[in-house]
Amino acid sequence: MATQVVMEALSPTMEEGRLVEWKKQEGETVAVGDVLAEVETDKAVMELVARVGGVLLRQTVAAGQTVPVSSPVALIGQPGETVPAAAGNGAGAGAGAAAKGAQQASQKPAPPAPPPSAAPAPAPPASGRIKASPLARKIAQEQGLDLRAVQGSGPEGRIVLRDLETAHPARPAAAAPAPATARAPAPLRPVPPAPIPAPAPGEPFADVPLSQMRKSIARRLVQSIGPVPTFYLTTEVDMERVWEAREAMLAAASEVKVSFNDIIIKAVATALRQHPACNAWWQEDRIRYWSEVHIGMAVAIEDGLITPVIRHADRKTLREIGAEARDLAAKARDRRLTAEEYTGATFSISNLGMLDIDEFTAVINPPEAGILAVGRIASRPAEHGGAVALRRRMRLTMSCDHRVIDGATGARFLQTLKGMLENPLAMVW
Amino acid sequence: MTGTPVTTLTYRDALNAALREEMRRDDGVFLMGEEVGVYQGAYKVSRGLLDEFGPMRVVDTPITELGFAGVGVGAAMAGLRPVIEFMTWNFALLAIDQLVNSAAKMRYMSAGQIGVPAVFRGPGGAALQLAAQHSQAFESYYAHIPGLKVVMPATPADAKGLLKSAIRDDDPVVFIEGEMLYNLKGEVPDGEHLVPLGRADVKRAGTDVTIVCHSKTVAVALKAAEQLAGEGVSAEVLDLRTIRPLDSAALLGSVGRTHRCVVAEEGWSFAGVGAQVVDVIQREAFDQLDAPVLRVTGADVPMPYNKHLEKAAKVDAAKIVDAVGRVLYR
Repeated sequence: MATQVVMEALSPTMEEGRLVEWKKQEGETVAVGDVLAEVETDKAVMELVARVGGVLLRQTVAAGQTVPVSSPVALIGQPGETVPAAAGNGAGAGAGAAAKGAQQASQKPAPPAPPPSAAPAPAPPASGRIKASPLARKIAQEQGLDLRAVQGSGPEGRIVLRDLETAHPARPAAAAPAPATARAPAPLRPVPPAPIPAPAPGEPFADVPLSQMRKSIARRLVQSIGPVPTFYLTTEVDMERVWEAREAMLAAASEVKVSFNDIIIKAVATALRQHPACNAWWQEDRIRYWSEVHIGMAVAIEDGLITPVIRHADRKTLREIGAEARDLAAKARDRRLTAEEYTGATFSISNLGMLDIDEFTAVINPPEAGILAVGRIASRPAEHGGAVALRRRMRLTMSCDHRVIDGATGARFLQTLKGMLENPLAMVW
Repeated sequence: MTGTPVTTLTYRDALNAALREEMRRDDGVFLMGEEVGVYQGAYKVSRGLLDEFGPMRVVDTPITELGFAGVGVGAAMAGLRPVIEFMTWNFALLAIDQLVNSAAKMRYMSAGQIGVPAVFRGPGGAALQLAAQHSQAFESYYAHIPGLKVVMPATPADAKGLLKSAIRDDDPVVFIEGEMLYNLKGEVPDGEHLVPLGRADVKRAGTDVTIVCHSKTVAVALKAAEQLAGEGVSAEVLDLRTIRPLDSAALLGSVGRTHRCVVAEEGWSFAGVGAQVVDVIQREAFDQLDAPVLRVTGADVPMPYNKHLEKAAKVDAAKIVDAVGRVLYR
């Protein structure tokens, strides 16, 4: 009698888990405590271990699929044991599976092999055949969906077209990068930061569905702080070289007066280019990572403020930014900005330095994930060349939406920004 | 139909216009049957024809269905284009031997030498409380026979266009009208309006489910579709118009868009028209189906005379809506 392996609650708050990778293939012998699979919970990648020994008769969930806690993911039984599903299904299933185990282990599970339905029924259905409409089968095949992981909503759990719309493709990624390489079962480790994917052709952004961890972070933080769970990172920047550079630029050309603010906009835009994780929008069920950099620039007006946008600020020269910033600020004060001119920012800057503010925190403009508050440039004693000297210093405080930007992510961005301002050549390098 | 002048006609007058236009166009076309002349037709389809065309071309017959159907087959073999009216298709059972064994077989058995360009027409299906012997839908009987075409218009425009095409067709056509449709009004294109045989028609476009129907059931399906629209279901109503040859392309096209299908017909379920429709769909559109195809048919009993039982035995919009709900898994 085969024993069902279910998705276990591997963290106290885990409600569903994504099966990252199978560590045991169908037909392999497993002992109690053997790692069957790696599972991404809301916190980390954990190991799902065997609670009984025997032969892994069947994987009922494909790598890459997410299933609720307590759903069946596999069957363990005795060598040669017939899985109910096997009846009439020919090679690759049933009694022959165990014998062919070694050979099968080197292959990926063949998609057409119909295992028990993934419906969270307590016992595998008597027939074992997946009930799916002909259309659902065709579409699943075209899209590379594994019907074993789809919950059917039709009569007797039949999988129909609408059920596929909520399913995710059977991770081609599982075959693509890292996990394919043989690796000793690693101990617990944090989820590595996912690389930000390239946008689809013609799109200026790439949407990334929320991972289990990202969902969990978002849920918990919103409970704690409010709709936009914000935290703040402050750094102090030595502005001596920016000062020198600006003086040189003013001397070289007088028709456009480059301001510190222009330089900060340029530096922020250039740094965002290197830290796309901070150039993003929170979109409730996903994070939108922009591949274009549009900087919102908070401008105080008579009875409020508005944030006109300098588009593609990373690709503009300081002179262009300067001219545009002044033009937009003037329009803002005259209330002549068009909607086009004050929407679509991917990141914002608020500068109160000219009002003698040392440092402050700015409020994020949703759906943007970050805003940088810029304080005044003040002469302060600081370490320089091994001695304490009066230096022109400026404090930057970044407000981060924690659902999108984690502490280290924001810190690394600020580090780059600080480096650029302390060595302005890095901006054009 | 942009630019084509139209007149609002009843189904009955649309048939009358078709007969009149074809009899004017072709001297070989004549009408024969019980009460078609002096009485101007049991349902007044032939009103005014005797006056215009005279007794040689509008021929009253004795109550002898087998006899005048046979005369019609013979006239067609001899080169005329008879239109044989049966007072209803219930009475045409007496003439079925002429249709099945003579009209349908002649071209084949003469090695193509002799065709039978005859139209056999009259009302089919149930009316109201005409009881078991007079409330029958026989289209599947004739559609079963190779050599016969079976045409069933649901609207005045289709009635005119299909009857004109049937009269011009070189093979025997069984043309079944709807007894309850004769008073139905609709816009009919004036003059030369031909609807090709073998071509179904989308009477209402939709995206969620296809309701296949014909003749009287079209109006029922449209009513069901309207009700479904109120429930957020977009139903496509596909009127077969011709039962044989069946417009498979239209069926597959529609089901290919909606992936779900209900087939409604007035007749009985067993070996009915819908059974053939389902056969085509499951065979040719298997991969398009998201649910089994369901049928809505008349109850599998002789038609009751009792008013309430009769109503219960007939296809109605509620039954179609219910079947649609089931194929949508609602």
